[in-house]
Amino acid sequence: MIRVQREDFDVGAELEALTRGKTGIGGVTSFIGLVRDIAGERRIGAMTLEHYPGMTERRLAEIEAEAHRRWPLDAVLIIHRYGRLEPGERIVLVAAASAHRQAAFDACQFLIDWLKTQAPFWKLEETPDGPRWVDAQASDDAAAARWIKD
Amino acid sequence: MKLLYFAWLRAKIGIAEERVDPPPEVTTVAALLEWLKRRGPGFAEALKDTRIVRVAVNQEYVASDHPLRPGDEVALFPPVTGG
Repeated sequence: MIRVQREDFDVGAELEALTRGKTGIGGVTSFIGLVRDIAGERRIGAMTLEHYPGMTERRLAEIEAEAHRRWPLDAVLIIHRYGRLEPGERIVLVAAASAHRQAAFDACQFLIDWLKTQAPFWKLEETPDGPRWVDAQASDDAAAARWIKD
Repeated sequence: MKLLYFAWLRAKIGIAEERVDPPPEVTTVAALLEWLKRRGPGFAEALKDTRIVRVAVNQEYVASDHPLRPGDEVALFPPVTGG
């Protein structure tokens, strides 16, 4: 399941809903991304997440489908927020549920690594020097490249 | 053809979307970017290094040799930074 929304989410309630009634699930892994108050040397007052409505949902659905193709998963969840967020606020939740933990761990890493390099979101930071668009990180490309099949 | 601009490309170009009718020789993504560059200083600045411009046609990532059709929705944006 995927959701793109402005409002916050309740992690406990989301994970509970994801697994409810699916008693074949043996483990759930999740990753929660938060807004940091510092980026390198810069203090971050807040950030605004922009996205491409329509394409965002398509890319996230494709990432979810790819995770299901690669691992035996009982459930996948991706929730990503947009709009203005302050330090400490949640940005993203990804979760994977499977009968066994290794598939759940691997799928969870895959989901966030691919999301970061493929889903059309952009971050605009509020800094003491004014607004600043966040640059893409080579380390994110490297993390995603681990999952590219030969 | 509908064009969409996001993040700093939108900020430099000054608009979020527009409808354009490029000349007939604009048949690929690469040709569209070259044509757009000549439409004004904001476009020239935003598109001066097309290697860092990502392009989606009808909401799918494409390469610079991708063919274009009149009804396409073409989005231009920087490398993504979500998550």
